[in-house]
Amino acid sequence: MAVRQLPPDQPAGTAPIEAAAATDGGVAVAPQWKLVWWRFRKHRLAMVSAVFVLLFALVGVFAEFLAPTTPDSYSADHTYAPPQGLHFVDTSGGGTRFGPYVHGYTSVRDPETLARVFQEDESQRIDVGFFVRGEPYEMWGFIPSDRHFIGPTDPEQRVYFLGADRNGRDLLSRIIYGTRISLSIGLVGVALTFVFGIVLGGVSGYFGGRTDTAIQRVIEFLMSIPTIPLWLGLSAAVPRTWGPLETYFAITVILSVIGWTDLARVVRGRFLSLREEDFVLAARLDGCSRPRIILRHMLPSFSSHIIASLTLAIPYMILAETSLSFLGLGLQPPVVSWGVLLQESQNIRTIATAPWLLLPGVAVVVAVLVLNFVGDGVRDSADPYR
Amino acid sequence: MAKLVIRRLIYMVPTMFAISVVTFLIIQLPPGDFLSTYIAELSSRGDAVDTRLVEALRERYGLNDPIYVQYYQWISHIVLQGDFGDSFLYRRPVADLIWNRLGLTIALAVATLLVSWAIAFPIGVYSAVKQHSAGDYAFTFIGFLGLATPNFLLALIFVWISFNYFGQSVGGLFSPEFADAAWNLGKVLDLLSHVWVPVLIIGMAGTASLIRVLRANLLDELRKPYVTTARAKGLPEWRIILKYPVRMALGPFISTAGWLLPSLIGGEVLVSIVIGLDTTGPLLVEALISQDMYLAGSFILILATLTVIGTLLSDLLLAWWDPRIRYAEG
Repeated sequence: MAVRQLPPDQPAGTAPIEAAAATDGGVAVAPQWKLVWWRFRKHRLAMVSAVFVLLFALVGVFAEFLAPTTPDSYSADHTYAPPQGLHFVDTSGGGTRFGPYVHGYTSVRDPETLARVFQEDESQRIDVGFFVRGEPYEMWGFIPSDRHFIGPTDPEQRVYFLGADRNGRDLLSRIIYGTRISLSIGLVGVALTFVFGIVLGGVSGYFGGRTDTAIQRVIEFLMSIPTIPLWLGLSAAVPRTWGPLETYFAITVILSVIGWTDLARVVRGRFLSLREEDFVLAARLDGCSRPRIILRHMLPSFSSHIIASLTLAIPYMILAETSLSFLGLGLQPPVVSWGVLLQESQNIRTIATAPWLLLPGVAVVVAVLVLNFVGDGVRDSADPYR
Repeated sequence: MAKLVIRRLIYMVPTMFAISVVTFLIIQLPPGDFLSTYIAELSSRGDAVDTRLVEALRERYGLNDPIYVQYYQWISHIVLQGDFGDSFLYRRPVADLIWNRLGLTIALAVATLLVSWAIAFPIGVYSAVKQHSAGDYAFTFIGFLGLATPNFLLALIFVWISFNYFGQSVGGLFSPEFADAAWNLGKVLDLLSHVWVPVLIIGMAGTASLIRVLRANLLDELRKPYVTTARAKGLPEWRIILKYPVRMALGPFISTAGWLLPSLIGGEVLVSIVIGLDTTGPLLVEALISQDMYLAGSFILILATLTVIGTLLSDLLLAWWDPRIRYAEG
C-alpha cells in the first residue's frame, strides 16, 4: 500500500530495502497536504492542466499589460478586419530581415453589397515589438502606464492578431480583458457557494434530524427547477439602471444561489460519516466545544474533498455566466466578459462575415476543460489514504 | 408500487406550491409593475396619460391589493380556469401564446432524452468493457469536450459550418412550405428531417455525462466476484456483460432522466435562440428582456412543473426497474 504512495522521483540506486524503509518513514510523517500533492503530481493530465490554469490566471491578473491595446479603443476604418498573421522573416525587399511584423490591410468596397472587404497587403509592413509604448492604461486601476507586452512599434498603427469586431476593436485585447472578468466571476461565485454550502451542508450533516430533512428538501427543490429559466428570471429582475459593478455582484449571487446545493450535499455526506468516528467521540469526551470539534477535528479530514468540489464548481460558474451574458441577461457592455463577446456573434450574418468572433468561445472551452481536469485530479487525490 | 406512486404524488404538492411561490416572486421582482412600464412607454411617445384609466387598470389587475391576495388571484386563476393572465407585449392572453411552443419544447426534450440514451448506452458499455483502449480514450476525450462546450456555442459553430461549407442557413424546424401547413404525414417527415440537428446539439452535454456515469458504474460492477463466477461457469462474454453488470449499472442511468431534464430544457432555451426554433426559448427570453412578467412567469412555472413531473416519472421508472428501491420505499 505504502509503495503506491511513493513520490515518483525517489533517489534511485540505494538498496531497495533501505529505500523502502526511508520512504516509508517519509510517507509516515508527511502531512496530509503533502500526500495529496504527491498523488496529484502523478496525474499527468491534471498537472499539464494546472499549468494552463496558472497561465489563464496570469493573463487575468496582468490583462492591461498583456493586451496589445485597450478593449475600448475603436477604429471606424477597421470594422470586421480579419486576423493578421504574425510573420518573422521578411524576404520581400530582396534582402532578408528578421523580426516580427504583420502585413497591413487594403480595403475595397464590394460593388454589389457595398460592404468593406479587407485584403492583406503584402507590400505594407507593420513592425511588431515587445514592451512597446501604446494606448495608455491604468494597471489594476491605479498604476498609470503605456507599456504593452506586444504591439506595433509605431503607436499610430493598429494590429489585429485575432481580428476586429463591429467597431474595429481588437478582439485579442478584448478576450484578454474578458479573461479577468470571466475567471473572477467563477472565483467570486465559488467563494459565495463555499459559504452557503459549508454552512448549510455542515448544519444539515451535524445536527441531522428535522433540520437535516428541511435543508434536504430545499436542496431537492432547487435541483428540480430548470436552472436556466430560473437564472434568466432572476437576472431579468436586476435593474438596468445598476452600474457594472452592482450587476456583476448581482449575477454572481444569482449563480451561487443555485450552485451551493452540490457542495452542501458533499459536506453533509462527509459530516454524516465523520460524526460517528472514534476521534470525534474522543474529542467530545475531552470536553471540546462544538465549534472546536467541527473546525479543528472534522474540517481538516474533508477539506481536500471540499477543495475538489470547489475546483469542479468554477467551470460551471464560467459556463453559466457565459450563457447568461450571451442572452443579454448577464453582464452588460461596456463590461467585457467572454459571454458578452460571444453575444456579438449571435446572428448568422455576423458569423458569416466575421467567424473569428467565435474565438472567445475557444477561450471558454479551453478554460472549462483544464479546470475540469484539475478538479478531477484533485478529487482523485483528495483521499491519500485510500 | 401503488403506495409508492401515491406517496410520490403527495410529495409533489408542496414542491409545486414552492415553485409557484418562487415564480410569483420572480414576476414581482423587477421594480415597478407592468402598468408603470406601460405608462412610461406612453409618456415617452408623447401620449397623454389618463390617470382615471390608469386607476381603472390598476383596480382591474388588482395591483392595489396586498401581495398575498395578488398571489392568490394569480394562482387560483391558473389552477381553476387555466387563465395565465395577459401578455403585456402581445396584448393577448398568455395561454394562447404558449401551448404550441410548449408542445414543441416537450417533443424536443423527450426526443433529445431518448437519443441521448440511445447514443450513450452502447458507447458507455463499450468504453467500460474495453477500458484503456483507443476507442475508450477517444470517447472520453469527446465526452470531456462535449461537457466543456456550451451548447449555444456548438449551435453557433454548426450554423457557421453549414453556411460556409454547404451554403445553406439552418434554422427552424420546418421547411418553408410546411411552416404554416396543418399537420399531415409530409409535415411530420419534414420535421424529422430537421429535428436531428437541434436534438444532437442539445443532447451533447447530457450524452457526454451519461456515458461517463454508465462507464463508471459498469467498471465498478465488472470487478465484482459474480462476474468472475459467471465467467468460470463458461457463459459467453457478451451474455455475462449484458445479463448481469449492465442491468445493475442501468439504475443510475434511468435516474439521470430526472436531472437531465432540467438541463435539457435549459439547453433548449439557448439553442433555440441561435438556430431560430419556435419553441419556448426565444419567447421566454424576449418576455424577460421586455419584462413581460406574466408571460415569462407562466413559462417558468410550466417548465418547472414539467421538470417535476419528469423527475417523478423517472423515479417511478427506477422503482419499477430496481426491486430494491421498490421494497425500501414501498
